[in-house]
Amino acid sequence: MKKYKLNNFKLNRRDLLAGTASLGAMTFASKSVLSDENKSKNLPPNLPEWTSELGEGVDANPYGMPSEFEKNVIRRNVEWLTASTESSVNFTPIQDLEGIVTPNGLCFERHHGGVSIINPKDFRLMINGLVDREMIFTLEDLKRFPQVNKFYFLECAANGGMEWRGSQLNGCQYTFGMIHNVQYTGVKLSDLILETGLKPKAKWVLAEGSDSSGMTRSIPIEKILDDCIIAWAMNGEALRSEQGYPARLIVPGWEGNMWVKWIRRLEFGDMPYMTREETSKYTDLLSDGKARMFTWVMDAKSVVTSPSPEKPILHKGIHQLRGLAWSGRGKIKRVDVSLDGGKNWKTAELHEPIMSKSLARFTFPFEWNGQELLIQSRAIDETNYVQPTIQELQKIRGVNSIYHNNSIATWLVSKTGKVDNVRLG
Amino acid sequence: MFDWVKLLTLIITSLFFMNSAFASERKFNLGKIALKKEVAGWDIDVRPDGKGAPIGKGNAIKGEEIYAEVCASCHGDFGEGIDRWPELVGGHDSLDTHDPIKTTGSYWPYASTIYDYIYRAMPFGAAQSLSHDETYQIVAYLLYMNEIIEEDFELTEKNIGKIKMPNRNGFLLPDPRPDVKIINGKPCMKNCTVPLKIIGKARDIDVTPEENKS
Repeated sequence: MKKYKLNNFKLNRRDLLAGTASLGAMTFASKSVLSDENKSKNLPPNLPEWTSELGEGVDANPYGMPSEFEKNVIRRNVEWLTASTESSVNFTPIQDLEGIVTPNGLCFERHHGGVSIINPKDFRLMINGLVDREMIFTLEDLKRFPQVNKFYFLECAANGGMEWRGSQLNGCQYTFGMIHNVQYTGVKLSDLILETGLKPKAKWVLAEGSDSSGMTRSIPIEKILDDCIIAWAMNGEALRSEQGYPARLIVPGWEGNMWVKWIRRLEFGDMPYMTREETSKYTDLLSDGKARMFTWVMDAKSVVTSPSPEKPILHKGIHQLRGLAWSGRGKIKRVDVSLDGGKNWKTAELHEPIMSKSLARFTFPFEWNGQELLIQSRAIDETNYVQPTIQELQKIRGVNSIYHNNSIATWLVSKTGKVDNVRLG
Repeated sequence: MFDWVKLLTLIITSLFFMNSAFASERKFNLGKIALKKEVAGWDIDVRPDGKGAPIGKGNAIKGEEIYAEVCASCHGDFGEGIDRWPELVGGHDSLDTHDPIKTTGSYWPYASTIYDYIYRAMPFGAAQSLSHDETYQIVAYLLYMNEIIEEDFELTEKNIGKIKMPNRNGFLLPDPRPDVKIINGKPCMKNCTVPLKIIGKARDIDVTPEENKS
């Protein structure tokens, strides 16, 4: 493959990095917010180098990747959270994303035994237990069923779990990034069950993964028949391995732990299986030592993605506040924004499409003249549920819950434009 | 001669088969019937009532050996947990404190779950490599260290569903959410009474990974 003046390109890139690329880095906030430090020779009235040269031809990148200048937009983990990366989590860089679709390579990962690599020829989905016929399906079998294409958010129940006792991680990514939103292609479980039949006593389903954690969760039959899907594609292409290739379970609106990846088996039974994940984990410990169990739904929540700790304000004047809202109980109806810590609120603009159990994008224009701001957002869903404050949650649940923190966060914008995750009280 | 009895039998029989054929009709004719041995190989879950527990047995005395061999390097000789690997023992009376310790003894409501999880996922990196007896032995050792059974108690498929775990009644059902004040979609919009004092900054806690620390 012939490459044109690669060296020149690299030099050129380095020049750029010295100039504008620091826009993405947070150190920028400590510099003057108004100075233009770009000394590049590619600016008017000069002729940019990429104009006077040919670029790369087709097929230089058979599978296209983001621009080199976007290499800061990546998933990140917090090393001290877990003992090993094979049983760990990382976070979607939601502060760098627009719209509502999460690119496949940026969808946060949560594994309990590492990423299984599965040849689709070796994939089998077994359905057993209280069915008329115990059956096995290949991936090709699944693709011959009637298919659905649906956008859904997937949020880990522990998203924001580090913030129960106070503001701990200084980043939008680390405090809200255990979420992604993609379009799934798959088969409804209610259609699969037409093939196996169902015994009247079947009330629960055990979903089991084939990874080395053998991930298992119990799901009530009503949910299974309502809207659960076995999906093999996300955003138009096959699932990524880290998202369960070749097939995973989709449990719309419910906590991500139930969306079993690398699915291998569904067992129908007459009682819940009380797996490790739904007893010792994903139960919500209250201050009296009792714990809530089977808290599946992800309640309404929202976050301002910009400004945010990673997205300081760099200029005085007009800005477009941007954020995401979602609810596991249906559609987002409204999002309010406050710039003064929740004292006064204005309703933000919601952007189409607004779909049930999917991320919704909101924006809100505001002027910044160097004053301190306390930025918050609060979501209201179609059930009229209003996203609560952390104090409202703490009053009922204490601070040991870990899971299901859907409270309003506060970003403090300082006079320099720097943004901090803070707790008001 | 027409045999009415035979005819009646034929009608009833065919009705029966028609009916059962209808009840079990496969709408798409996709997939294949699973063989018993195929299901047996993958159906490894054990329920709280002991259903699914494979035939086998083990006590804590034998369990101590195998635990030392395959568990202790992460979970510690006494289940205390090394580095960030989970603690398995102790934590009793800690659940209502500011630092709850959730172990198999203090938190897990069913012994069956310990068996199920160890067999399917442990040792970390060698899933489903333990024999059923070895799994019973390790579970027995954990239950013994948590003072739930005696050292010589023989744990089997018959009694694993009957072990009484200390936190068996520690869980609340059903989910009471939404549990915050219902405001019918009409929250305060102007001059709301809210706390405005900054009582904490993530920056001061200083645990955010370096690259992203501002």
